[in-house]
Amino acid sequence: MKLKSLLASAVVVAGATFLSLPAPSFAAENVFRFANQSDLKSLDPYALSETFSLAMIGSMYEGLVARDPDLKLVPALAESWDVSEDARIWTFHLRKGVTFQDGSPFTADDVIFSADRVRSSGSDLKSRVPADAVFTKVDDHTVTVTTPEPSPLLNAVWDTWYIVSKSWAEAHDGKEVKVGGTAPSYMALNANGTGPFKLVSHLPGVKTEWVPNPNWWGKPVHNLDQVVFTPISSGATRVAALLSGEVDMIEPAPLQDVDRINNSGKATALQGPEVRVIYLGFDQHSDVLPRSSLTKGNPFKDSRVKMAVYKAINEDAIIQKVMRGAAVPASLMVAKEMFPLADQFKRPAYDVDGAKALLTEAGYPDGFTVQLDCPNDRYVNDEKICQSIVPMLSKIGIKVNLNAEPKATYFSRIFASGGYDTSFYLLGWQTNGSGSVGVLRDLFRCRDEKGNGGGNNVGNYCNPKVDALIEKISSEPNETKRNDMIAEAYRIGQEQEVAYVPLHQQTLAWGVAKNVKVVQRADNDFRFYWVTKTAGQ
Amino acid sequence: MLSLIIRRLIQSFLVMLAVTLIAFIMFRFAGDPVNQMVGVETTQSERQTLREDLGLDQPTIVQFGHYIGRVMRLDFGMSFQFRRPVMDLLAERLPATLELAFVATLLSLSAGIVLGVYCALKPRGILSSLLQSVSLVGVSLPTFLIGILLIYVFSVSLGWLPSFGRNGLVPVTAHWSTGLLTSDGWKSLILPAVTLGLFQMTLIMRLVRSEMLEVLRADFIRFAVARGLPKSRIYFRHALRNTLIPVITVVGLQIGSIIAFSVITETVFQWPGVGLLFLQSVQTADVPIMSTYLLLIAFLFVMINLAVDLIYNAVDPRLKQKNRT
Repeated sequence: MKLKSLLASAVVVAGATFLSLPAPSFAAENVFRFANQSDLKSLDPYALSETFSLAMIGSMYEGLVARDPDLKLVPALAESWDVSEDARIWTFHLRKGVTFQDGSPFTADDVIFSADRVRSSGSDLKSRVPADAVFTKVDDHTVTVTTPEPSPLLNAVWDTWYIVSKSWAEAHDGKEVKVGGTAPSYMALNANGTGPFKLVSHLPGVKTEWVPNPNWWGKPVHNLDQVVFTPISSGATRVAALLSGEVDMIEPAPLQDVDRINNSGKATALQGPEVRVIYLGFDQHSDVLPRSSLTKGNPFKDSRVKMAVYKAINEDAIIQKVMRGAAVPASLMVAKEMFPLADQFKRPAYDVDGAKALLTEAGYPDGFTVQLDCPNDRYVNDEKICQSIVPMLSKIGIKVNLNAEPKATYFSRIFASGGYDTSFYLLGWQTNGSGSVGVLRDLFRCRDEKGNGGGNNVGNYCNPKVDALIEKISSEPNETKRNDMIAEAYRIGQEQEVAYVPLHQQTLAWGVAKNVKVVQRADNDFRFYWVTKTAGQ
Repeated sequence: MLSLIIRRLIQSFLVMLAVTLIAFIMFRFAGDPVNQMVGVETTQSERQTLREDLGLDQPTIVQFGHYIGRVMRLDFGMSFQFRRPVMDLLAERLPATLELAFVATLLSLSAGIVLGVYCALKPRGILSSLLQSVSLVGVSLPTFLIGILLIYVFSVSLGWLPSFGRNGLVPVTAHWSTGLLTSDGWKSLILPAVTLGLFQMTLIMRLVRSEMLEVLRADFIRFAVARGLPKSRIYFRHALRNTLIPVITVVGLQIGSIIAFSVITETVFQWPGVGLLFLQSVQTADVPIMSTYLLLIAFLFVMINLAVDLIYNAVDPRLKQKNRT
């Protein structure tokens, strides 16, 4: 009948139009497209201390030093540097002939300006440069940095402290990083750095494009003509985009899709351990443990209770069932790769009876109830890990009430801004360039309620002997002596007093198309200036 | 008619006022706005200064007054995570959602009405029964599942259509880039539009079918047949017009839903619209965007309802009579 034929002809016409439309033209240029779960919100290098943002911004900006694919510190904007005997005076010799992308030359003025800006009130990277470090210009290409205390590892975290152009920032009201959302920021949407790539366009949360910087001082190892980044928050869509060839790389690849990606024939899932240790922490300073069934006393002040928790957790089962094999058990709070003496430390064996005996010995034969706080969207399968811990601890009598929440509210609650509001929590710690020194300073030192001292020592594990040892470690220039002292600090703080219960180092999974080669660095820092893409798929 | 319009406008205004109050309460009391704005390393004194700058230490009623004033000036504050005015963000993203909603509604209306009429005219045909059972699928499958299924069939397996994003944009005005003018734009629009509109299409199809079946049994249709009017004139000029009245009401409400709940479709297809923006703002506790989105959706629903009421009055001859006298 008329209607049916009308319908049929409409379908035929639509189909014909569609299929007759020109096929997508093959790009003459080598375009690298990749997608990440998070989006790139601000291009201001000091706005957010987040691995992903800093890695993307690090294609346009550079620091005085950089890290190579094996995480070794190498010169970048500083060609070389000298350290005085007492490690209090550093002299940096800056690279000559470097220009920012707007054409202005890179000089010592820019370094000094950046040092002030990174320590300004709105910056999220304040701890990169010590507050009392004094930067002095010797000449246009030499800067000295003086610190009152010896600082042998001063530049270890400077690979993500990027240098901004003083003239450009001042011209665009960028002398200070804007605090809070009270004024729009020019530097959040525009970039002017010395790095190997130049920004073409940036729509926050939608798409960002780069092209190589023709005036870069270095020699490119990539072969790309253009880089396009699109965030794709849905895991399934991200995998589909990789498998359909619309993107060349995705990060992270959901664990349950790793096999599918490997079997697709179009891409592989690259997996490698991250230098992030997932661990459990305890409130170790309250006299009465809050959020628990106890009206007096704090069981987590007793090392035997913490060791009981340690022994009651079946980490192999967690790795096998929850992480699907994509994790490496940890025995220390520092990543194995970043501490040469890590082999001296072993995890206590999984031992439920031993754990129960320890609890009884400590005076808690019937156990107790406590709340466990956990993020649910920050680490790989974080909520599932916590859920698996609940029955493990109930076996030894500790009843756990699990409170999982999104990272937006979780972090503001458990750190200084929220008053360290937790009794028992799960967290992840990424060892940065300073290795164990950073771990010890941030996690094992005593702190006050404002966060001075061990700022990320949420539960306030506090042992003055360990504090004194950490101070000695921080100023020891000889690496062997330093490592021995670090091992001693771990023996007291970790083995004897069980400040934390480390669980595992999670592995990264990146989905990479077959014709693309990327460098997967252990700190999950993806630099696309190391990517090579060959033609055709 | 005029008194109707004025009455409706006053009601709309009251609804908007109530919603503004809720949006304000959300902004003020859902967590500490200052803590969410600044980084972890900001000192207490800096936070206090910021609090005073934002006027957060004044009495609640004064703050509400300020808030209403700002809303009237279309100043919705600054997003915590993007550090840009919320108004700019919405203006950037709204065209994407509106285009998607428009195409989804178009698809669902055309397909729904055509199929519904066909099913009503041939109620016992094989094709009708097939369409009925398949439409159950459209109603019962969750949106994200439909979206992912379509992606896997058309993007991964067949490679005909893109799996994410909004491509093929052509700038029309300073703020509006449309994807409707290029084939690339349509290709990236089809899958999300189908996903978004499938539920509404099956709804309309079933509604049109049942309404039409009823109307076809009415006396005036029988008189028309007896009078010898051509079948197509009866079906399309008389029966369909009467069928469309409840359909218009439903579609009106559904358009509001489509725009408001495009969140899931936009997430699956990474469509850069306001729905995705809203979801991201919930995940990062970005309250200015959340409360502005609430205001926007409320406004949309109120306006759509107003339009539907007015169209309804214009189309239904019975109501036209009532309002004239």
